[in-house]
Amino acid sequence: MSILRVLFQTVGLALAQIRVNKFRAILTALGIILGVSSVTAVIAALTGMKESVLSEVESFGARKMWLWGEVPRDKRGIIAWEDVRINEEEADAIRAHAPSIDCLTLITNSSANVQFGMVERTAVPITAIEPAWHEIENRYVIMGRPLTLADGEFERQVCLINEKAIDDLKMDRDPVGDAIFVGGRRFQIVGVLETVSVSAMFGGGETQIEVYVPYQTMEKIEQFSFPYMMAQIVSPEKADEARAEIRFALRNLRGLGPDDQDTFGMQILQTEIDRFNAMTGAITAVAGGVVSISLLVGGIGIMNIMLVSVSERTREIGLRKAVGARPAVILMQFLTEAIVLCMAGGLIGILVGQIMTLGIQRIPNAGLDEAVIPPWAIGLAFAFSAFVGVVFGMFPAIKASRMDPIVALRKD
Amino acid sequence: MTITIRQLHKVYRIGDERVHALRGVDIEIKKNEFVAIMGASGSGKSTLMNILGCLDKPTRGAYTLNGKPTHKMGAAELAAVRNKEIGFVFQSFELLPRATAVQNVMLPLIYSKKGWLGARRRAKKALERVGLGDRMGHRPSQMSGGQRQRVAVARALVNEPSILLADEPTGNLDSTTSEEILRLFKALHDDGQTIVIVTHEEDIAGHSERIIRLRDGRVISDLPTHQDPVHREWVQKAAATLHTMAAQTRSVESSQTAGAGA
Repeated sequence: MSILRVLFQTVGLALAQIRVNKFRAILTALGIILGVSSVTAVIAALTGMKESVLSEVESFGARKMWLWGEVPRDKRGIIAWEDVRINEEEADAIRAHAPSIDCLTLITNSSANVQFGMVERTAVPITAIEPAWHEIENRYVIMGRPLTLADGEFERQVCLINEKAIDDLKMDRDPVGDAIFVGGRRFQIVGVLETVSVSAMFGGGETQIEVYVPYQTMEKIEQFSFPYMMAQIVSPEKADEARAEIRFALRNLRGLGPDDQDTFGMQILQTEIDRFNAMTGAITAVAGGVVSISLLVGGIGIMNIMLVSVSERTREIGLRKAVGARPAVILMQFLTEAIVLCMAGGLIGILVGQIMTLGIQRIPNAGLDEAVIPPWAIGLAFAFSAFVGVVFGMFPAIKASRMDPIVALRKD
Repeated sequence: MTITIRQLHKVYRIGDERVHALRGVDIEIKKNEFVAIMGASGSGKSTLMNILGCLDKPTRGAYTLNGKPTHKMGAAELAAVRNKEIGFVFQSFELLPRATAVQNVMLPLIYSKKGWLGARRRAKKALERVGLGDRMGHRPSQMSGGQRQRVAVARALVNEPSILLADEPTGNLDSTTSEEILRLFKALHDDGQTIVIVTHEEDIAGHSERIIRLRDGRVISDLPTHQDPVHREWVQKAAATLHTMAAQTRSVESSQTAGAGA
């Protein structure tokens, strides 16, 4: 109760003192204002950058991973690339022994000429997939039916096309059941996929014709393909487990000894996201730390002016002591004044930082539209301002509290 | 007994030199006394006043205020005693320039443990008591010297202290205003207030009922005012001067009248 009362009074006194010396207070707090506003603006810009990159990356799906055969560095020229290819047997083994994997598909990419009637398009990407592809890529047919296990099993010459192909090859609005020639072979269209533009970050924004065929059908036709695997992890947290399970299954299957290196490579999106997060976190910390130095400079300004204030108000301090202010109360009064000054500076700094953030959002083509001061940064800036007030207000406050009232009252 | 001082010594150290400001002072002051402490500069009266006001601690000896041994107290305890038991009136008023009269008077209550509630009401009452009921919201710069000192007296009284300690309270005032402040002191004394005035002026001391004289850190006399030989001598001299002046004034006046008549 008593502490609350004293706090209430000292804050009131501090505010009154600041009001009396408005201009000086503003000049004094300028260091803090600039420090806090630059720290918050920098953090806002970094947050915006991180958000835009992450949302880009996460549009792929954070649960995705890729697996491919790879000749280890020290085995080049010893093992042929054909021997490290991922095959169907291995895919089945992973399906059976990797519980952290939700589903997976083998994929081969190639390109071929595609012909419908008299219209021909060259170098159209042909992707060979298994049915799980639909779920992993989150792309489903809008007409007809998806590819099925049976299509692969019987190596049917069926395909999916995207809407773009309908336009480019001048097909009917509903081409399901029609046939196209892919690399000279006749494929029946069973379904149509929505056209998806390639993500802007990877030089995209453009769309193109896409043709999808059953994996096994492609395997039969194309002997020298280099398949890879795309899989979906049960949840992003299971990334490390999925990696371990796949390694265990594949190394067993390939008979690799304890000293042999992996003959395959893996990439897990979540791991990349984590690494990116760690990196931006570090950059934020470093940038924040560097800019925080300006807060310390602001703190020195506060100390300077508080020392002036203590010296100017020597008689007042003497009087307050004479009428019964304990040293601790005087200490608290001056400390509170410094803290209130710093926190007011911090508050204004955050407002200025917010204005700067609005400006940052409007920088064209910077990808910083999502720049925002995160709540933790506001809390931290405020706490740091208060901390600066305590640290740099302490010395002048101690000086005031230790004054001898007799000497203080005698001062001119 | 409000104040009991026994064998009080105070030694200052200024550089390598030791200054013996008080050399065994014994004083007792009862409740409702009006005492003047007098002495030339260097007599130790300022030191004594600082110790009486608990602003300073004796090097040796005992000072008991209302039964409390202040010479055994620490800085925080002394601050509490100053707040509760002592009302200071300074020569140069020592008002906060940016605070109003009421705010200035409230100051001791801010630092008092239980005095916070109703502080404004009590401050107003104290201001009314010194006759400044109509100047509550004025700042020191808007008031005359006498009014300022009245505010200071109100501030000293607001916590109902055991002693009112005034250090040359009229030193910065003209004689008419001084008279006014001293009448206020007299009225407070009549209400039962214990008052200790430190002064070097005999006419100020004349308002008290007891004079304690110091020289070289020792009490050289402690007598009721009307028995104090130095004071009596001063009164006689002053009366004689007044008499002479009156005579001169009369003669000047009569000569002027004569001149006018001619």
